[in-house]
Amino acid sequence: MKLSALQQSYLGRRSNSFRSSGPLDSSSDGAFKSPAAVFWLVLHGLSCLISLLLGFRFSRLVFLLLSTSSTYTSPFHSPTELAKTLDIRSVIPADPVGNVPLPFPNKTATNSRVVVGRHGIRIRPWPHPNPVEVMKAHRIIERVQTEQRLQFGVKDPRKIIVVTPTYVRTFQSLHLTGVMHSLMLVPYDLVWIVVEAGGVSNETASLIAKSGLRIIHVGFSQRMPNSWDERHKLETKMRLRGLRIVREKILDGIVIFADDSNMHSMELFDEIQNAKWFGAVSVGILANSANIDETVVEKRGEEENPRMPVQGPACNVSNMLAGWHTFNTLPFAGKSAVYIDDRATVLPRKLEWSGFVLNSRLLWKDGDKPEWMKDIDTLDGDIESPLDLVKDPSVVEPLGSCGRRVLLWWLRVEARADSKFPPRWIIDPPLEVTVPSKRTPWPDTPPELPSHKKPVIGIQEPIIKHTTKTRTSRSKRRSKRKHDETRTDRRTTGFDKTLQN
Amino acid sequence: MRKCLWLWGLLFFALGFAWSITAERNPCTERISGSAGDVLEDDPVGRLKVYVYELPSKYNKKILQKDPRCLSHMFAAEIFMHRFLLSSPVQTLNPEGADWFYTPIYATCDLTPTGLPLPFKSPRMVRSAIQLISSSWPYWNRTEGADHFFVVPHDFGAYFHYQEEKAIERGILPILRRATLVQTFGQRNHVCLNEGSITIPPYAPPQKMRARQIPPDTPRSIFVYFRGLFCDVNNDPEGGYYARGARAAVWENFKSNPLFDISTEHPTTYYEDMQRAIFCLCPLGWAPWSPRLVEAIVFGCIPVIIADDTVLPFADAIPWEEIGVFVAEEDVPKLDKILTSIPSHVILRKQRLLANPSMKRAMLFPQPTLPGDAFHQILNGLARKLPHPKSVYLKPGEKILNWTAGPITDLKPW
Repeated sequence: MKLSALQQSYLGRRSNSFRSSGPLDSSSDGAFKSPAAVFWLVLHGLSCLISLLLGFRFSRLVFLLLSTSSTYTSPFHSPTELAKTLDIRSVIPADPVGNVPLPFPNKTATNSRVVVGRHGIRIRPWPHPNPVEVMKAHRIIERVQTEQRLQFGVKDPRKIIVVTPTYVRTFQSLHLTGVMHSLMLVPYDLVWIVVEAGGVSNETASLIAKSGLRIIHVGFSQRMPNSWDERHKLETKMRLRGLRIVREKILDGIVIFADDSNMHSMELFDEIQNAKWFGAVSVGILANSANIDETVVEKRGEEENPRMPVQGPACNVSNMLAGWHTFNTLPFAGKSAVYIDDRATVLPRKLEWSGFVLNSRLLWKDGDKPEWMKDIDTLDGDIESPLDLVKDPSVVEPLGSCGRRVLLWWLRVEARADSKFPPRWIIDPPLEVTVPSKRTPWPDTPPELPSHKKPVIGIQEPIIKHTTKTRTSRSKRRSKRKHDETRTDRRTTGFDKTLQN
Repeated sequence: MRKCLWLWGLLFFALGFAWSITAERNPCTERISGSAGDVLEDDPVGRLKVYVYELPSKYNKKILQKDPRCLSHMFAAEIFMHRFLLSSPVQTLNPEGADWFYTPIYATCDLTPTGLPLPFKSPRMVRSAIQLISSSWPYWNRTEGADHFFVVPHDFGAYFHYQEEKAIERGILPILRRATLVQTFGQRNHVCLNEGSITIPPYAPPQKMRARQIPPDTPRSIFVYFRGLFCDVNNDPEGGYYARGARAAVWENFKSNPLFDISTEHPTTYYEDMQRAIFCLCPLGWAPWSPRLVEAIVFGCIPVIIADDTVLPFADAIPWEEIGVFVAEEDVPKLDKILTSIPSHVILRKQRLLANPSMKRAMLFPQPTLPGDAFHQILNGLARKLPHPKSVYLKPGEKILNWTAGPITDLKPW
């Protein structure tokens, strides 16, 4: 701390105290100086010099010796000095840091139990962290942080109702585990409605059971089709099915659509608490293009404003909703993926469902809700975008500082159509052996393993020429043998390196 | 009749209950009431009158002109107190009706090139000032200074020396023995603390601290925080004198403990780190007080005070035992056990008390003055000492103070 450092360097004048108190003392004595005072001054100066050489305060040692030899008390030091000298007697043999635990000196000169002077530095026998204390401290920190969140975080947090359409496929474990872990970290109450195409399966059930969240797992009779268009349509139907569950069970909270391959940030869940009825957030679109066409790159270069891969609400200067940003799909026209396992870019819809949140009260049959909300039972056909749920799209509230903060990312990655994966990712029966262990690393290399005897015999022939060379260069047999062995070792390590490649 | 009474009683009870619930509705802070009662927010205006002596500017303004650095160091309270009194409604221009008399002397403004005060001339300066006021006005001789107060924020108060042993030897300046001293030093049973002194916090710049606030929802993740010296190698090479060995003990015991973020490095994020810590250590140094306490209070970090028998600022208005944690110097090796065994509801209560804005205001000397700040607390403290007992008024011709006591150097004219 600057100020205390200031104080310390200021008290550095203590070392000059002799000089500064010198003139005071001499002036206090006035015209005459007693021989005792002179003697003490000289002795003090001498012990200062010796201390400079030795590195500790020599004068105290002298006073100790003098005070023990006679009943003398120095005129310059108060009786508290004696208390100090008692300490020093036991401290002098120790090293200067003084890490000998000392008892507290009980003798005091004043009524206080606090003594001016030298004290021991108390160190406990094992000065390392105690694991029990560390755990207790962590619990205290957690409790304090919970309290902070209660006081300064979102006031009256509402329950979050997550609707996720999914189906069994190779990448389901990857995607669903990601969403599951994100939801497990959410600090608010949560209900997870998982709608599965093709009916409820053990795969999905066993995966999501590990989360410990409150889950409503329903099946959807249709199977997931193979083309992206059909898939998007089916997912919309599955989400409506989820919304119907919210209506049936009269769940109260904020409904968010978490597609299983999306990535959600924790701030998203804090931000959607601000939604009153119908909110929209900005979604980052990660449309991965496997083969970037050169023409696409050129076109990109020609554009003046590079299009942001973001979908979401757009505001005017007064922070009111003015329109929508959508992902520009023109560069990918004709080159996008049609079937789920195509290697081309997967394009998002105009407005993704995951960018919208709604108050669950909008879905209830009765209760006061704004008149601009359509009844979901009346919607049965294809809804193109979530905005079709409302009669008037201007009522949507932009969230995330008016769409400037991207709080979640949209991604679609799927495996090849013929990919197989073990059910529940448990390998049973054991896989067939592709490489026998005796023949590791790979069967393509020479059969001899780099043991001590074999390579010497096997490789010796090629390097005999080398050894003859070394024989001529070095006369000593010992060094030659060592040289040989090191050479063979190097050769074998060289082999190892090629094998590893 | 009885039924009526019952009804009224029930009504009152219900009202009181409802009121108490709504009063404690705010979970963020708690009211602070010390041993003198709920006095932090008292308004001193109307409760006392202070007369400010007009001293020649060589005692105050000229010194400040010579060295304007006095306005920003730890002892700047004496200058700001003078300015506050000159512009405050408690000041009275009629000395006959005054309860307290203030002498504006800037005794700690003689600074070295590095900015540290030299207190050697201060006794002479104070002495000459008192000689002046006792000869020009009759009020000093009336009570021999018992209704006068002086602001002496230096290390050991009115001892005017930074070394504790020397300070104890000299004693309080003899002519100030009857006056009320407003000082930063506080240690019980110590000769440097007069009975009836008012302990104040050291000056810490309020604007600097306010400028470095971080959002309050930043989670507090540091358990114990401390930045400062553990050993003063220049003045105390073998250790054991500085801080009575307590700081060195903290270092030796907890340097490898991940819960203790302690070090001698001074980071640029010092204020921000304090706001992310739950406990802040405030151990003694050469003197038992330090600006660390003020910083911990302002940033909401629970102060852990390791200084035996220390008296903290405004001890009768602020219940320090409920707000901070006191650890005896001999218990330093068990500091982690002590801190982790505090129940979490106690810790949360301490944080609520710290969050009380009147607590933070009481520790600061803001310019311009705000209600409830340290200046007002000083005046409240002075007001609580009123009325003066009849015994302080001396009969004419009676003398108690010995004007020639003290080292001869102090008796020289200034």
